[in-house]
Amino acid sequence: MTGTVLAAIAKLISGASVRWLDCAPDTCQRVYFANHTSHLDALVVWASLPQDVRALTRPVAAKDYWEKGRIRRYLSTKVFNALLIDRKEIKVHQSPVDLMIREIGQDKSLIVFPEGSRSPEGEIGEFKSGLYYLGKKRPDLELVPVHIDNLNRVLPRGEFLPVPLLSCITFGPPIWLEKGESKDDFLTRARNCVRRLKEL
Amino acid sequence: MGDDWRTYALIGGVLGLLGGATMAGQVLKRHPDTGLNAAAIRTFNLRVRAWWLMASVLAATFVIGQTATVIMFGLISFWALREFITLTPTRLGDHRALFWIFFVGTPLQFVLVGMSRPGARDYYDLYSVMIPVYFFLFIPIRIAWSGDYKRFLERAAKIQAGVIICVYCLSYAPALLSLNLKVNGNTVSNYRLLFFFVLMVQLGDALQYLWGRLMGRRIIAPAISPNKTWEGLLGAMGSAALIGAALSWATPFEAWQAAGLSLLITAMGFAGGMVMSAIKRDRGVKDYGTLVEGHSGVLDRIDSICFAAPVFFHVTRACFHVAATLN
Repeated sequence: MTGTVLAAIAKLISGASVRWLDCAPDTCQRVYFANHTSHLDALVVWASLPQDVRALTRPVAAKDYWEKGRIRRYLSTKVFNALLIDRKEIKVHQSPVDLMIREIGQDKSLIVFPEGSRSPEGEIGEFKSGLYYLGKKRPDLELVPVHIDNLNRVLPRGEFLPVPLLSCITFGPPIWLEKGESKDDFLTRARNCVRRLKEL
Repeated sequence: MGDDWRTYALIGGVLGLLGGATMAGQVLKRHPDTGLNAAAIRTFNLRVRAWWLMASVLAATFVIGQTATVIMFGLISFWALREFITLTPTRLGDHRALFWIFFVGTPLQFVLVGMSRPGARDYYDLYSVMIPVYFFLFIPIRIAWSGDYKRFLERAAKIQAGVIICVYCLSYAPALLSLNLKVNGNTVSNYRLLFFFVLMVQLGDALQYLWGRLMGRRIIAPAISPNKTWEGLLGAMGSAALIGAALSWATPFEAWQAAGLSLLITAMGFAGGMVMSAIKRDRGVKDYGTLVEGHSGVLDRIDSICFAAPVFFHVTRACFHVAATLN
């Protein structure tokens, strides 16, 4: 209930139009990977999914941001059930990828931002390796590229009040880790998949 | 009110006209052999749909009253500004200025318009200067405060233009409801005035297109809009004046006055369409709704209203408005 209301509010504020290109909403296990432009990203991508898919999808978000304050903690744990990752203390035995794989089990999907932090205006930064290891350890997951356009202007870095401009969320065709594909090749390919969606 | 029949006749006439247009559009769609361009027919049908929406909303204003009508125009304004600023290259330093414009300036303008009542309090003195003077000054101040001087004047000017067109100018349409018009000592329905105004703007648009298609030869500015011609403009002004005169029974005006005002509305609406086309060309988009897939934007539909509203309002106010005497 709160989730539906929140999703509607998020869509209203971000004015997001949602496009699915060569890809359709599905409840199969997926990892949605998107460029990171704003704190609203996780919320808006999650809100863009149809309700049945949304219920099975957990955004991966930064612990240091989403555990600050009661509202954020409530939203992240109770409403969109985020998987919070500690960016400061990454332990060897408890790597974020292992945590993600454990948490999604056999039915949940994830929303990840492989850049790790928000990129400056317009540019998509280098992808961190997490996506590669996810694809390697769970080759059955569909890796769906997502492009987020204009959200950085709705809620830019360092601002806490949104300006209600229009944005666009584009879902593209899924990719998988190819046999023998190196880490760097895969990450570059994945990044290009996201970037390409902007032009379509 | 003793002249309800005028309201019913006006709305009924428009419904009849739209019914005819819908039927014509459907017939054309089902007979692809008429030699007409399929894309043009599709555009026409989309237009007719937008007109149905506009007409039903405006017909509803007679029932929902002034406050609800002003709120509705406020929401349209908010959405149009959203489209305008989305396609304007702003920078991080503009964020706070934009926040104030969206969440304070825009609502305040419509609150002042909505609080002005015919024959009672009139906040015209305030709402006619608030945006063009005070928000005009506020925008560059707030941007300078944030310390980003890159393309400073350009950014400030673009935001100012957006607020003036989408909020200030559009707010003059619902402001028509606050006029205190007297004809031979009798109060006139302001809702019918608003209805007449929007009807004439839309008719002007359609007539301009029609005349341009039939006899358009001299294009005014080919680089901006290839289907805006002198023939279209003059033909539309002439025929709109005739239609306006024929509709004067629904307005507070004499036939010749209604003709003159219709002429003015058509010319301003035409100019508005051209200015907004020029802005879109510069930004490299066809429609303001490009971000919203499948339909053109709100701003594409209301550009002519934005330009015609202040002129129509001011002429009507100057010539027919009776200032209320407050004790």
